[in-house]
Amino acid sequence: MDVLIYFIPISLFLGGIGLLAFLWTLRSRQYDDPKGDAERILSDTYDDRPKSD
Amino acid sequence: MTLTSAQGEGFETGRERVSPSACPACIAAPSADQIARKAAQEAGARIMLSLPTAHCAVCISDVERALMAEPGVRSARVNLTLKRVSVEAEAEVTAPALVGVLDAIGYEAHELDPGLLSATENDRRGRDLLMRIGVAGFAMMNIMLLSVAVWSGAEDATRDMFHWVSAAIAIPTTLFAGQPFFKSALAALRGGRLGMDVPISLAILLALGISLFETAHSGAHAYFEAATMLTFFLLVGRYLDYRTRAVARSAAEELAALEVPRATVLREEGEVVVPVGELRVGDLVRVRPGGRIPADGIVEAGHSETDRALLTGETLPVQVTPGAVLSAGEVNLTGPLSLRVTAAGRDSSLHRMADLVATAESARTRYTSLAERAARAYAPVVHLLALGAFCGWAWGTGGDFRLAVNIAAAVLIITCPCALGLAVPAVVTAASGKLFRRGLLIKDGTALERLAEIDTVVFDKTGTLTLGTPRPQNLDALDETSLSVAMALAEGSAHPLARALHAAALASNARPADLEDLREVPGFGIAARWQGREVRLGRADWIGAEVGQATATHLSIEGQLPRTIRFSDALRPGAEAVVAGLKAQGKSVWLVSGDVEPAVADLAGRLGITEFRAGVLPMEKAQLVTDLSAQGAHVLMVGDGLNDTAALAGAHVSISPASALDAARTASDMVLLGQDLEPVAEAARIARAARRRIKQNFAISILYNVVAVPLALSGLATPLLAALAMSASSITVSLNALRLR
Repeated sequence: MDVLIYFIPISLFLGGIGLLAFLWTLRSRQYDDPKGDAERILSDTYDDRPKSD
Repeated sequence: MTLTSAQGEGFETGRERVSPSACPACIAAPSADQIARKAAQEAGARIMLSLPTAHCAVCISDVERALMAEPGVRSARVNLTLKRVSVEAEAEVTAPALVGVLDAIGYEAHELDPGLLSATENDRRGRDLLMRIGVAGFAMMNIMLLSVAVWSGAEDATRDMFHWVSAAIAIPTTLFAGQPFFKSALAALRGGRLGMDVPISLAILLALGISLFETAHSGAHAYFEAATMLTFFLLVGRYLDYRTRAVARSAAEELAALEVPRATVLREEGEVVVPVGELRVGDLVRVRPGGRIPADGIVEAGHSETDRALLTGETLPVQVTPGAVLSAGEVNLTGPLSLRVTAAGRDSSLHRMADLVATAESARTRYTSLAERAARAYAPVVHLLALGAFCGWAWGTGGDFRLAVNIAAAVLIITCPCALGLAVPAVVTAASGKLFRRGLLIKDGTALERLAEIDTVVFDKTGTLTLGTPRPQNLDALDETSLSVAMALAEGSAHPLARALHAAALASNARPADLEDLREVPGFGIAARWQGREVRLGRADWIGAEVGQATATHLSIEGQLPRTIRFSDALRPGAEAVVAGLKAQGKSVWLVSGDVEPAVADLAGRLGITEFRAGVLPMEKAQLVTDLSAQGAHVLMVGDGLNDTAALAGAHVSISPASALDAARTASDMVLLGQDLEPVAEAARIARAARRRIKQNFAISILYNVVAVPLALSGLATPLLAALAMSASSITVSLNALRLR
């Protein structure tokens, strides 16, 4: 069971990465327009190259 | 135990990684970011347009492409959820120009006042809740991982270590993520009430406390995963609830922002455009034809006619000469007017009407929602059960308080209204999303439940069942020459009757006659010379025709008898369908209007409404609604005018079209976004279906309790059982809500 001493921190760390990723999506306003995002995937406007900012 | 402390440290660093984003300053950070962005945009113009008809991927790319093709437009982004497009552009780009661009490609657009859209505030609360959900979800999954190990047979030091790690994750998480519940529970206790949040908070805190105690004493059962799971599911319910409200609120704000209220004031330095809020008594205001009167006042110069339909419901324009007293909200039709302001802002008649609405609203008996009723019955039962379990076991075991507290906590955790917290928001979210897609916006949380109870529907006429735009009725009675003369005359005026006449003549392929010396006589009509003869189109007394009852304009050609062109109001699309639909649902339908008897009777006949009242004053409308309610009817009022506001506020539930005056929209519970009336009948059906689902959901969560509570009371409950009951009931309830058709 000694292996737990590595596994538990690793699992917490991975979970933490997930949480941070979630917080990042939240901060970069990716939940502002869920309906629009669902529709935008059907548009072929930026299929060739991404939008230039 | 060295192992445990090492894990504890490992967690500490993990927690530090979490906490920075949890600090208040970081919640505020996006808004600071936003302020900075806003400041950067000040250089150019930021224009917000409402796009009520946008609904698909093609709409998005069409609108964005059309706007981006405009010179000076830097970026355009459609938000389909809010049905809006925000445009960043050079300062010289104006909103009306962009509205024109979108109109040309077939999209209805309206300018919005960005200052009135407090999106930032809404966003921050929503994101705060989402962040708590994220943290709770993260903690829940990690603890569950450890708990599964415990349930599958981890023992002794390993189990204790797992419990300690769980505790280290669960305690800070629940204390942080559960704050919305703790706060409202505190507020409820201070107010001497027992809301749903008191048992919730108690269950969370007790679960944490007991589990910590058990862990410290190497106990077998710890409820850390139950506490975080509870927080997570309840936060989801809270978020759904918030989201419905936020969407409704932002759309309601949008409606208010639709009227960008400005007034043109004549000062020494010339004409100045100021916000209506800055008007002062004594200002001289200029109102162009087609403009809305910004404040109460007396006409100093100019002749015109005004449309009072929104204030009184009458369709016939009223003649205005110098000295006439006008109220805010009337629409100036034919000639420019100079108006000396006698009352502005708070004192204007518009605001007095709004005050009237406020009184009517406070008189409306406060509706207790299904959720409130459930919570009211539920909280005492849960607490009594837990207390009973504690006393019973303490007495039965002869003073084993540790066991008694454990069982009491298990009862509280298992009965905790996880599913109950989701039962209403999940259904309301599903139902209001459905209605929103059909163009009906729910402003009030309990409106859906109230709508399910209605049995009587009262409609206003002008602007509600009709569009408020007239259509000529007897054009075919005119010979070809008269029609072409009338058309040519009508072309020269912006008066609604003239415009309607022109449009109808155009549709019947008439050609305008050649006129000379065309001139509009504000307040009276249009005159010109045709083949050397004087021709006129306008008011009966000016033409020399007989003054009639119905909405009409008159045509005179020198040497001929004057002709009367009668108008009737165009029906709103879906008006027939909605009346038929409501009748099919067994509701009694009323038509109540401030307009004259013949017009009202005609419309009632066309729609098959047997109960109608004409010439009704605003107070009488409200009285009628009150009387109907007193007879035990649950009234749905549908109206748009200022004269309807008191009735709207007094009715059991009320709907107004988006074209309604601000005050009417504020007073009503739901707003119809499109032109079509048909969603109203649909809404009544969906509301009943939603109420059925809510009740089913309550039944489901009670069923789970019926099974789980005896187990908890008899001391057989384990953390595994609690977790199963909790997640199973929450998921069933959510799925049941999605079944809504």
